[in-house]
Amino acid sequence: MSGGSSSLGNVSRISALIVDDDPVIRKLHSAMLKSLGIQFQLAVNGKEAVDLYRSGANIHIVFMDMEMPVMNGMEATKELRAMGVSSIIVGVSSRCSDEEREEFISAGLDHCYAKPLTVAKIKSLLEGIKY
Amino acid sequence: MADLKEQVVAMRQSFFDEVPLSPPLEILDNYFIQLEQLENEDNPNFVEEVVSVFFSDSFNHLAIIEEEMNKSPVDYLKLDRYLHQLKGGSASIGANKVKIAVNRTREDCKEGDMEGARASLQELRMEINSLKAKLETYYELVAQVDP
Repeated sequence: MSGGSSSLGNVSRISALIVDDDPVIRKLHSAMLKSLGIQFQLAVNGKEAVDLYRSGANIHIVFMDMEMPVMNGMEATKELRAMGVSSIIVGVSSRCSDEEREEFISAGLDHCYAKPLTVAKIKSLLEGIKY
Repeated sequence: MADLKEQVVAMRQSFFDEVPLSPPLEILDNYFIQLEQLENEDNPNFVEEVVSVFFSDSFNHLAIIEEEMNKSPVDYLKLDRYLHQLKGGSASIGANKVKIAVNRTREDCKEGDMEGARASLQELRMEINSLKAKLETYYELVAQVDP
């Protein structure tokens, strides 16, 4: 999946991973990344995300849903960090309590936001990526 | 054609007008506008595609929720998981009234009020059906104005 031009510069070298079991969110976040010219892959649960990394995928930023079947976002984030993955991992959740948010962050996230994300929010996250 | 355009504009505005309840309720909120802003020449039917996925997913979830509500004992965790997904999906496309109906159903389930939850679920189903019908009519009108 490739994108076009963007005001972020040479963003075609940035690769992202959307991890979410909700097809609406996958479609929405895919369109947002595409509008920014970002290449991306999709995973429907945490295990697929971990398997992608194990197969050698080079990913700069991960948008990780919290609640997913098979392997949830917290478990996947812990697993990725234990594997030595240093990609930016952004937690995305519709759970509202501070406690749940803090627990997700403590799994190894760089950021955590309510879903759905916005193009502006994604853009600000991408500006921090060195590639 | 001018009448048709006016109908399209009026119908679209009605989605964002607040129904005078307490609290005031709009059918759609700003997230729907964000959705529309993602539509472009390369992806001209993006909004219709996303809402189509939402409705398809929602009806599957409603069926599972209804089945679970009729079981004894009720698996509240499973119920909340599917209602949570419905809430996420409806919020993502800006389906404000649907999202509020989901929350009402979740509250009833959390309180263990299954009779109330079943009634709320029927209202939720009505809201989803109503939104689907409204959007289908709207996009049919739009297609007539701009084929």
